[in-house]
Amino acid sequence: MKASLQPYSHETLLERLEELYEVEFTWLKVEPLVAVLVNLDRDTQDFILGWAMRLLTTNVYISHEFIIRVVEALDRLERRVIEAWAVHAADIFDQQGLRPALMVIQQVDSFLENAHAHAEGITFAEVESILSTFVCGLSGRRLKLAQGDSVYTDSETLYLPNITAQLIKSKDNFLLCKAQVAFMWAQTRFGSFRVDFARAFAAYPDPAQALAAFHALDTLRLEAYMERELPGLWRDMQRLEALDEAEKREDFCAFPRLQSPDATVNDVLELIPQVLGLPLPQRIYQPRLDPQAVTACMLARMEREKILLRVKLAELVKEHQEETPPDLPLSGEEEEKKAVEPPEFELWEMQEGQGMELVLDDKPIAPPEDVKQLLTSIMLDWGDVPPEFLVPAGEGEYDPSLYQKEEKDIEDVWKGIYHEEGAFLYREWDFARQHYRKNWCVVRELELSPGDPVFVDKVLDKYQGMIKHLRRTFEAMRDENRLLKRQSQGDDVDIDALVEALADSRDGREMSDKLFQHMHRADRSMAVMFMVDMSGSTKGWINEAEREALVMLCEVLEKLGDQYAIYGFSGIGRKRCEIYRIKRFDDPYNAATKARIAGIIPKDYTRLGVAIRHLTEKLNAVEAKTRLLITLSDGKPEDYFDIYNTQYGIEDTRQALFEARRTGIHPFCITIDQRGKDYLPHMYGHANWVEIDDVKKLPLKVADIYRRLTT
Amino acid sequence: MENAANSTHTALIHDPSTYVIEKEPYYVPVGNEITLFEAAYANHLPLLLKGPTGCGKTRFMEYMAWRLQRPMITVSCHDDLTTSDLVGRYLVKQGETVWVDGPLTRAVRAGGICYLDEIVEARKDTMVVIHPLADDRRIMPIDKLGQLLEAPDSFCLAISYNPGYQSVLKELKQSTRQRFVAIEFDYPKPSLEREIIIHETGLDAAVTDKLLKLAEMTRNLKGNGLEEGASTRLLVHAGKLISKGIEPRVACQGAIALALTDDGDMIAAINELIGALF
Ligand SMILES: Nc1ncnc2c1ncn2[C@@H]1O[C@H](COP(=O)(O)OP(=O)(O)OP(=O)(O)O)[C@@H](O)[C@H]1O
Ligand SMILES: [Mg+2]
Repeated sequence: MKASLQPYSHETLLERLEELYEVEFTWLKVEPLVAVLVNLDRDTQDFILGWAMRLLTTNVYISHEFIIRVVEALDRLERRVIEAWAVHAADIFDQQGLRPALMVIQQVDSFLENAHAHAEGITFAEVESILSTFVCGLSGRRLKLAQGDSVYTDSETLYLPNITAQLIKSKDNFLLCKAQVAFMWAQTRFGSFRVDFARAFAAYPDPAQALAAFHALDTLRLEAYMERELPGLWRDMQRLEALDEAEKREDFCAFPRLQSPDATVNDVLELIPQVLGLPLPQRIYQPRLDPQAVTACMLARMEREKILLRVKLAELVKEHQEETPPDLPLSGEEEEKKAVEPPEFELWEMQEGQGMELVLDDKPIAPPEDVKQLLTSIMLDWGDVPPEFLVPAGEGEYDPSLYQKEEKDIEDVWKGIYHEEGAFLYREWDFARQHYRKNWCVVRELELSPGDPVFVDKVLDKYQGMIKHLRRTFEAMRDENRLLKRQSQGDDVDIDALVEALADSRDGREMSDKLFQHMHRADRSMAVMFMVDMSGSTKGWINEAEREALVMLCEVLEKLGDQYAIYGFSGIGRKRCEIYRIKRFDDPYNAATKARIAGIIPKDYTRLGVAIRHLTEKLNAVEAKTRLLITLSDGKPEDYFDIYNTQYGIEDTRQALFEARRTGIHPFCITIDQRGKDYLPHMYGHANWVEIDDVKKLPLKVADIYRRLTT
Repeated sequence: MENAANSTHTALIHDPSTYVIEKEPYYVPVGNEITLFEAAYANHLPLLLKGPTGCGKTRFMEYMAWRLQRPMITVSCHDDLTTSDLVGRYLVKQGETVWVDGPLTRAVRAGGICYLDEIVEARKDTMVVIHPLADDRRIMPIDKLGQLLEAPDSFCLAISYNPGYQSVLKELKQSTRQRFVAIEFDYPKPSLEREIIIHETGLDAAVTDKLLKLAEMTRNLKGNGLEEGASTRLLVHAGKLISKGIEPRVACQGAIALALTDDGDMIAAINELIGALF
């Protein structure tokens, strides 16, 4: 993005926007947009158009509205905040539909209010990954992080707003998020919700006031816990509190009772009358208390987890009985006793507060991870595990739908709105923001319709000589056990070499040190994935050439006996990425496979990154010592009027390849694009791509790659 | 390691087939492993030690070698390890071929303990040489010498194996594993782990407890982005740095966060946990 470029002219913009918004069909007015854009510099124009195009893949009206609103924001908001705002709108669209999403775009004013703070604000996307892991490391129930309208928890999910910007520096805003997350964790971990919210405050003349007092007092109790449990964070929290510019109200007098390590929420409840009417201190990291959300979530969970635990314990009993078959035949009496007395679980306290131990018929057993977590969660809600929870469920006692919680996560929503079953979601790397867009691309695997059945025979005919030559090349690479003689190290003495060397030394010549023989064992296990570009631009000779090359490759790879698979990729936009099965690893090279190779036809676009991620997973699922991912492509990553055509696409591809390499895969690219050298080294690394002018050379290049990896 | 401390600047030379550990290695029993080992040893049964990395398997073997007063020969297995590397081979010295025993043969001849560490790393065809030693025949054929060694009563074969991170490729073969008496290891209970860290590093109880908390936090992350939580070994490393005056956060970042993973977000998250504790 160079500032020196000329801005787009009025005409160019008009033409481009008319095309983008398909004005003949949508009737959207683009003149106001042009008026907005035409006076900006080229860099800004590109920035806005890039995001408008990205939003276009979500919805045309949102994109349109975005351009209208963005100009107000431009002077005052940093670009990354504008991006967060746009992404937020797209997310809202995915989750709630058009109206709420348009509201987000139109409410840019609310972003402007805190223009300065937004520059240093921390977005949810920026903290989500790190803080999710952070809270997972803390003990207790597994908690999820999600974006919400304010900071609060329902006791299972911790909500943080899209942007946190109360403090001046972004570093402190991050710490604030961390403190808020830790504080909400403490609420669940140290029993702040073991209160009957519906009744506990009803007797007060002003229940809302009492609830507020409760929250303020409980905060003091939790602060004492934080100080003991996470002293490092507690120091940070005190510093944040000092930085807070909000008007501070004086603290209550100290309540030593709340400082005690065994202070519970009941102590808090009892202290409420003492502070009623006093001004309540409000900490910067203090979340909102939402008793309704907590109660609803807790009641459902307490019911569900009771059932779930009893069902799981029943499974445990079964497993246990299978593992330890009675080796002695039981006497009739014992047999009876066994039938009458159901297996009994107990929880024993371990020494020195090292938690609880699950005991089955007086023998401690190691519960599996999920049961452990259930027990923890139940203890957090109930204070302990009520004895009736430890009675294994009877056969068919519960309807499975009672305990199988419906996971209404984004995945299902997406599937519901846009996709059939079987869609895969992948992240995508946004280099400008230096982080991933979660669940950004939707991939489906599709069957490829068979093509002309005689195609393969024709190719075999046409390239007879070539194939013979290739076979020899590949055969020479076949790895076999062989005895290597005259080695300087080895398992055995090479007698011939030794005799010669002794003779040499008698004659006064220097004695060779190559006196050993070594058994070289064939141990090459290789898996190759061919990823074939099926974009529209391959139409014509390139597609023909790809298919011919694949036929030749299959013919020779069959000889080698290595595992190989072929998949094609294409698609339009991030929500319609397509992967075509041509040959899976365990498909034989038979008539059906041949017909599918013949059926490879040019389709739409090339969103490379997501294809690499999907096929990397497939490749990693097979057993092999060496894994190879070979892309056959005619050019750069590109997608339909999309930001993917810019540096963004190249950087995402590079990132996807980097991820693949980290799992031990060797990626290569064979390209037919003459300008490949401009960007392929950046994506694949210097040694890992070749450009060919003649497709007949393709199988030879594959042979080269093989040789490089195996010798 | 403290008990083998060598304060001069030159290495001490020991012959592994006769060297017997003199000073009792520091080992805290975590269960009935000592009794089990001794019972298996008395009955000439080979042993398989299972458990995650850095939980004290090697230290336990050293301790048992000392307790039984037998020399111990350790072989770290890798995928290029051949049968000859274990059994022995001919070498050429001054125009003559000379047979040189491999570590396994030396251990058998000396009636010592042979400890094959990370057994699954070795090729499957290499491992079959231990089969005749690991069943009740207790013999070792050396074809190239035309000898058949019958192991003395004091000989003991032990192998180690970490079932956690191995891929399906590296499963231990049934015909191998079913020859051994297995002892399962895990990280010691917090109270024992505290004792170990204090002994090995000289830290005070307060800092040790923070290390233990950090260990638990990383162990909570196992399966959620980490392959393994922090082992006792890593805690000992961090503890040693801290007791040498390194700032605790820095010590933990280096000895624990970076040692556990290369993933940037994961390191950042562990650093946040460290920052919250210290
Ligand atoms: N029970 C224990 N008693 C004393 N020290 C222990 C014990 N468990 C672990 N340690 C400490 O942990 C360190 C690592 O243990 P060790 O080297 O034996 O691990 P390991 O199980 O052999 O690991 P690996 O599988 O990686 O070889 C030891 O150096 C010691 O400081
Ligand atoms: Mg070891």
